[in-house]
Amino acid sequence: MGRYVVRRLLQMIPVFIGSTLLIFLMVNVMGDPIAGLCGDKQCDAATSAQLKKEFGLDKPVWQQYLTYMGHVFTGDFGTAFNGQKVTELMATAFPVTIRLTIVAILFEIVIGITLGVVTGLKRGRPVDTSVLLLTLVVISVPTFVTGLLLQLLLGVEWGWIKPSVSTDATFGELIVPGLVLASVSLAYVTRLTRTSIAENRRSDYVRTAVAKGLPRQRVIVRHLLRNSLIPVVTFIGTDIGALMGGAIVTERIFNIHGVGYQLYQGILRQNTQTVVGFVTVLVLVFLVANLLVDLLYAVLDPRIRYA
Amino acid sequence: MPEYQEPEGAIAGTGAGGAMDLAVSEATTLEKGPDGTGPQDKPRSLWSDAWRDLRRNPVFIISALVIVFLVVISLWPSLITSGNPLKCDLSKAQEGSQPGHPFGYDGQGCDVYTRTVYGARTSVTVGVCATLGVAILGSILGGLAGFFGGFSDSILSRTTDIFFAIPVVLGGLVLLSVVTSSTVWPVIGFMVLLGWPQISRIARGSVITAKHNDYVQAARALGASNSRLLLRHIAPNAVAPVIVVATIALGTYISLEATLSYLGVGLKPPTVSWGIDISAASAYIRNAPHMLLWPAGALAITVLAFIMLGDAVRDALDPKLR
Repeated sequence: MGRYVVRRLLQMIPVFIGSTLLIFLMVNVMGDPIAGLCGDKQCDAATSAQLKKEFGLDKPVWQQYLTYMGHVFTGDFGTAFNGQKVTELMATAFPVTIRLTIVAILFEIVIGITLGVVTGLKRGRPVDTSVLLLTLVVISVPTFVTGLLLQLLLGVEWGWIKPSVSTDATFGELIVPGLVLASVSLAYVTRLTRTSIAENRRSDYVRTAVAKGLPRQRVIVRHLLRNSLIPVVTFIGTDIGALMGGAIVTERIFNIHGVGYQLYQGILRQNTQTVVGFVTVLVLVFLVANLLVDLLYAVLDPRIRYA
Repeated sequence: MPEYQEPEGAIAGTGAGGAMDLAVSEATTLEKGPDGTGPQDKPRSLWSDAWRDLRRNPVFIISALVIVFLVVISLWPSLITSGNPLKCDLSKAQEGSQPGHPFGYDGQGCDVYTRTVYGARTSVTVGVCATLGVAILGSILGGLAGFFGGFSDSILSRTTDIFFAIPVVLGGLVLLSVVTSSTVWPVIGFMVLLGWPQISRIARGSVITAKHNDYVQAARALGASNSRLLLRHIAPNAVAPVIVVATIALGTYISLEATLSYLGVGLKPPTVSWGIDISAASAYIRNAPHMLLWPAGALAITVLAFIMLGDAVRDALDPKLR
């Protein structure tokens, strides 16, 4: 197990370097980072040269990347061009997005897996067909449309929730945004669980468990569900990174000041340090989540052993 | 997918024109159906088997009909509307449904019905071009890596890992925020750039499965060249999962285009796009929800049709779930 973890950690390094470099290059082609600094006017040549020197922007890109990464590993994510530390922005933004992601993941686990188990056990029945159709509809309607419609209905027409979330962004306020964020993945989790349950239901170990007279509930939870959850866990694990990165749309609709909001602002204002910093952290979250998922395999499926 | 033509041509005609084939083949099945011919003399291929399955699947028929309709109105929008999507009358801004203008007017006083009809062309173009690009690039890279293995395979696997680690919407925001062109090509280019790893992973996996088959070994023993092995023996047997994923991806690309346009970095006016219209309408959602509901509904139905089609094709091609 220990050796496996070390090998996986080593494998993460090239992926981490590659994706941060990719983002770094993308941000660098995105335009002149100095342009936003002099207000609406163009910076004059001398000022812009001085600013470029100050921020190290006169050096080649690979050198900028190395310097930046050197700083990142000492915990210095640089300064946003407005003078605020990027780490300060992160300290306010990440807790909000993490809460939002937790709400979304809870929805995926509770509703998604429950629906998946029910439909998987009742394959072909009306309940199965209607849930399946519903998941297709949810997958097809883009998140921003779902979000806008829910905001209109629940927030404006019926007044059940406040249409926009306050800066505190408590768990209570994040329930509906979390549901919106989770919606598409929720549908995938349902379908994945359903397929997996339906497949494993016909397996030998389930027949054995039923034959030896175990109560139905125990067969489903201990034997069927545990084995069927492996692909679902993989999906949810990889989804954590996607949810945090995809929160841009949800956060924009409900005016949540989280990671997506900061990134959106950073991109609009061509704020290189903010964008690269946040994306670096998101990439790390994604990689660590994937590692944890692989380790969870062994817990769920004792047949898998890491040498 | 045009890049891999199945020898028997069994599923040719799945896309446009499928309705005609459907009607014809339905008639022939009905003719020989009742006399119970029993097992046929020739074993059916996976494709003809899947095609038989699909013809009887109402989900497939409905989604294929919707897609045919969408393709027709994107080619000839004037068939069902005589208006001009860019001709607007500010004095009618936000007005509701009227005779001759069933969907009402948007915030600029443009006819929502006409704009919704013309928006289909943009969405279908983006979806089809992005999917073709992704499928061709992804299956070539993934197929070659899976076939040759070794170093090129490790490089490809690590590269796909890198692309997977970047959230798509985020990449779109960063890359497309500098684009000033109002055509669809930068958006399509971005989707191909970030979408190919998904297909290449699938193609790689199914090529690896296919290349260990006995008939491939036999062909190799008979002295077949690598390109012949790949094109004649492996590709036809490895292409099914790629087709399924590509069909479903087509729907998600249409949805992604709308999302990027909503965020203000996708397509830009004067291009007529459902995403742009929804984004513009979201500001007036309290007073004039009709402006949002029509393009959003059209978008949802389009994406739904492609995803259901992909779903039906997968069910037909995956014998495990029968």
